[in-house]
Amino acid sequence: MDIRNELRKAAREGCIRTADIERIASSAGLATASVERSALEAGIVPERYRRNGSTISPEQQLRLLSSTAAVVGCGGLGGYVVEELARLGVGRLIAIDPDVFEEHNLNRQLYAVGESLGKPKVEAAAARIAMVNPSVSMVPLYERFTSDSAKRQLSGSVVVVDALDSVSARRELAASCSALGLPLVHGSIAGWFGQLTVQYPGESTIDSLYAGFGGDKGVEARLGNPSFTPAVVASLQAALACKLILGMESGLRRRVLMIDLLAMSFETISMG
Amino acid sequence: MGDRTMKSTINVTVKLFATLREGRFDIRSMELADGATVADVVSLLGIAEEEVALIMADHRHREMDYALADRMTLALFPPVGGG
Repeated sequence: MDIRNELRKAAREGCIRTADIERIASSAGLATASVERSALEAGIVPERYRRNGSTISPEQQLRLLSSTAAVVGCGGLGGYVVEELARLGVGRLIAIDPDVFEEHNLNRQLYAVGESLGKPKVEAAAARIAMVNPSVSMVPLYERFTSDSAKRQLSGSVVVVDALDSVSARRELAASCSALGLPLVHGSIAGWFGQLTVQYPGESTIDSLYAGFGGDKGVEARLGNPSFTPAVVASLQAALACKLILGMESGLRRRVLMIDLLAMSFETISMG
Repeated sequence: MGDRTMKSTINVTVKLFATLREGRFDIRSMELADGATVADVVSLLGIAEEEVALIMADHRHREMDYALADRMTLALFPPVGGG
């Protein structure tokens, strides 16, 4: 069957609906993701991405769909990052987290709901993404990130998102990403406050961030994290991951963005 | 110009972030001895050095021994590691 011809016949105003993609995929014996990629190659945009408008061109959408991102930590930050990257259309998402949902996650973690309590966070994320965007291939890893396993765990990724919750693990991830030549999108939160940066291979921005600190938990141990701070910082991480996948300037190379939601101030610090 | 070189004190705007504000302030202008370092300010404010993870002075990342200059802004940040 001539896929491209079928896609052209089904397209309306340059877009194609999910039902038509599924029909063509089914009759050709292909995965929907593969048919979506063929459509974009022909300049036809899957309807679900129509409202990405001119922000994401068909070529860029194809690049996103053909890319893998790893999200390390699937709690407050990671849940929102996974959701936003899946809706954006990043084709393959690796989610790494060794924890199950607990009641105290309910105030802020997107995939913590009554039914998911006691279940692995990454499995709840995969179940959700299967509903949100079934073309996304989810790789849930119900295990701790370790530098020894980094090569396997991050395999295929073009960008890594640091959504961890301990300083030592963040440093370990940063060192692994440097060794593997992967750009890392750092985000962390405490109370009304958050910070973001991008560490490119060969740089040591994350170590500089915590240079004077020998502990494992920052001030979030006392301040906690309300519902909105992870959503704000995770959204900025998703925007940064999008830019890195598309080969755009992140705007945070050797710069740290400090967010204060009390003063409503966003301030950048040059790391020199 | 003669005035500036004679000056024995400097004025620095100090901004504190998150928990460092508690019992202190968000932002304040401080008069310091000429040649004062970040560590001097941290000590004056009764902050333990290990409470400070990140130092910004004159828009750049600095170390504790950095000597401040007149009209600079100094911002101190505690470690933020939650996710």
